Amino acid sequence: MTPELKGFILLSLIKIVVVFSVMMVGVMMVIWMERRVSAWKQDRLGPNRVGPQGLLQSVADGIKNFAKEDVIPAQANKLLFVVAPALSFIPAMLTFAVIPFAAPLPVNFDFTVLILGQFVHAGPMPMMIADLPIGMLFIVAIGSLSVYGIVLAGWSSANKYSLLGGLRASAQMVSYEVALGFSFVGVLMLAGNVTLPEIVAHQQESVWFAFALTLGFILFFVSNLAETNRLPFDLPETESELVTGFHTEYSSMKFSMFFIAEYTHIITGSALVATLFLGGWDIPFTSWDSGDPTVLKSLLTLAFFAMKTLFFIYVFIWIRWTLPRFRFDQLMQLGWKFMLPVLLAYILILGATVLVLDSIGWSSGLRYGAALFVMNAVLVYIVFFLLDNNRLLLGRTHRKVGT
Amino acid sequence: MAITVVTVRRPEGDVSYLRATLKGMALTFSHLFRKKVTMQYPEQKSDDTWEISNRWRGTHRMLTDEQGRAKCVACGLCPQVCPANCIKLVPGEDEEGNRYPLIYEIDEFRCVFCGYCQEVCPEEAIHVGVHYENAEYERERFVYDLERLCAQTHPVSTLWDPSDPKGE
Repeated sequence: MTPELKGFILLSLIKIVVVFSVMMVGVMMVIWMERRVSAWKQDRLGPNRVGPQGLLQSVADGIKNFAKEDVIPAQANKLLFVVAPALSFIPAMLTFAVIPFAAPLPVNFDFTVLILGQFVHAGPMPMMIADLPIGMLFIVAIGSLSVYGIVLAGWSSANKYSLLGGLRASAQMVSYEVALGFSFVGVLMLAGNVTLPEIVAHQQESVWFAFALTLGFILFFVSNLAETNRLPFDLPETESELVTGFHTEYSSMKFSMFFIAEYTHIITGSALVATLFLGGWDIPFTSWDSGDPTVLKSLLTLAFFAMKTLFFIYVFIWIRWTLPRFRFDQLMQLGWKFMLPVLLAYILILGATVLVLDSIGWSSGLRYGAALFVMNAVLVYIVFFLLDNNRLLLGRTHRKVGT
Repeated sequence: MAITVVTVRRPEGDVSYLRATLKGMALTFSHLFRKKVTMQYPEQKSDDTWEISNRWRGTHRMLTDEQGRAKCVACGLCPQVCPANCIKLVPGEDEEGNRYPLIYEIDEFRCVFCGYCQEVCPEEAIHVGVHYENAEYERERFVYDLERLCAQTHPVSTLWDPSDPKGE
């Protein structure tokens, strides 16, 4: 091994450990945040006893769950029953590996350790765990794996409700995978690249894609909600009809794993929306952050990335405590009959617009973004205010009653 | 009778899911800053919108006279009227011929807190109390003996008054 490779491995290990710990603490904080925010929205106070403002509530819950009896149903498929929680947790964690969370950090070292030898690293270190050249494709590939955890949990529990929950999860996640995939095609079109640092860099040069691709942004967020099984798309869970669906039979830490997986999904999902559509770690109204890397820049951009992610986490929670759950046929209507055709038409229109803008020479910069924003505003108005008269959920073919 | 089908006419033409969602989200957001209704219980036991009713029937209290003796004359009415049969009374008599309770025990687990004992008591001795913090570590502690009943200091219930049903 060359000293450079050893340095790279060392840095990667440090990054993995740090990101993993931050994510786990983040999950705890998000659980606390969800409980506090939901309480406030219901005019309650929420957990405020354990630690300052109840911040350690999740720790207490974790200790409680560790101490609980771990029940495996007699009829359950033991191997899959045990593996399923991990299977739903790992993809959620893995997705974060390719998301850049700050501007590159300058790291220079050259030292020698006994036995291990020399470690060398020079120049900027990308602030992401793996700078994969396939970026977005990796996210889609891993993201679709998370359905296995839920389906296997539902199937291996040997419980009707769990099985139904698992089936619903698979139908829902496969359907919204399509919408999710199409909704960021616009991002790839504008950025011309699938790696996330390039997408961020492109947003720094022109405008955030939330403005250039408003419709895609909204639909991406909606299908992201569906992918994370959050309300109003939490049909795999549905405590009212399926007794919490796929994790009915889970107890103790295995249940906690599903819980952690859900919130990890929320964090990675929010981070992904922030990266793709809100410029990632970009600090708005300045190009200072894209210059030469310094430690200060990394820290500040990290703070901005955290703020954007936190905003979307809040929106996730906000939506959960606002909307009731869809009926299953409404869910499928929305996915296949509304989002898919709209997205296909959107990709066509967007492609044509980009082609026209390119041919008249507005290929980048603010003018380009403004033109796209106007196009999107018109489309959003058409889709949500002219077309959407109850057709979002019921479809065009819905029969009119009583007329 | 034939089954009638009610067709609900919904305003389909002017319903937009997205607009309704945004409206709902504005509502839930406004709730973030409203006054919270939670009462922080162990620290705060009442506030200006709620306090425990003086008609509350909680665990018992035996009133005492000036000498600190129970007012009870062991007439036996309360064990007689008690629907849960939770009062144990063994009467005794002193040198002057006054009856007093040798044993007076109330099993608070059996008690249904109907308040009949208070209503029937001719000496206004036994009362149900305006009190609800009764936790104990052992079951046996829930059989209150005479000494303990006399030692209670919480306010006593006014019970429901038929002539003043709203308690004004």
